[in-house]
Amino acid sequence: MEIKHSQFKRCDLVRLSGRLDSATAPILEEKLDEITEAGRFRLVLDLGEVDFISSKGWWVLINTQKKCKRFNRGEVLLVNVQPQIRDSLELVGMGKYFKIYDDVASAVGSF
Amino acid sequence: MTKVIKTDRRLFAGRYDSLNEIREFVAEAAQEAQLDSQGVYAMQLAVDEACCNIIDHAYGGEDRGWIECQIDIRSDGLMVTLMDQGKSFDPQKVPPPQIGKPLKEVKPRGVGLYLIKKMVDKMEYRSLAGQGNVMRLFKRKR
Repeated sequence: MEIKHSQFKRCDLVRLSGRLDSATAPILEEKLDEITEAGRFRLVLDLGEVDFISSKGWWVLINTQKKCKRFNRGEVLLVNVQPQIRDSLELVGMGKYFKIYDDVASAVGSF
Repeated sequence: MTKVIKTDRRLFAGRYDSLNEIREFVAEAAQEAQLDSQGVYAMQLAVDEACCNIIDHAYGGEDRGWIECQIDIRSDGLMVTLMDQGKSFDPQKVPPPQIGKPLKEVKPRGVGLYLIKKMVDKMEYRSLAGQGNVMRLFKRKR
């Protein structure tokens, strides 16, 4: 898994590529913790180049969403979620915890 | 009548960095069994979740045992059989995930098994006294 982080004035953009499973979820968790511990809670996650997400991966995203939404201080937005990944997210009822955008500009612009 | 076209079997170390290799083994078989792209992904996800459960719950952590993975390419789809020598579990006793709960109350318990059941057409689990545990996952070709 490759993680690229860009910090903007109103939010942070995290671009991921590769697979998000039990082997790689802790790497993403560490990165997202680093961002939220720095007091930044408006995150856009671009999943356009992620081809696999298991439940361990979703839990990292859900736990980060919990942190960001606490005290209404921010939110995690998802961008470019591949159809089969989106289907599995909806299937376990986790889709409702995230707003999903089709492009990075719209997600970044929503903050 | 269902016909088995090809069978293959591999042994993987019970650790998270085996998961990608296991998924690739299964994806290749799923394509050979002519599952569509959604079916290939569904089988990979089901097998990944099942292997994580073996590592986390049957073995209680990484590097404590092996996962044997058998693929049977059949005329009607793909059967994947996963075998381990760890602790058994009763699928009936795993609570369903808390679908619909507010975000702050939602917890990870039960999601893996729920996903497995939803992703495949048939799931069977058996614990064989002294011989380990067997999970069979079948996905029909469309």
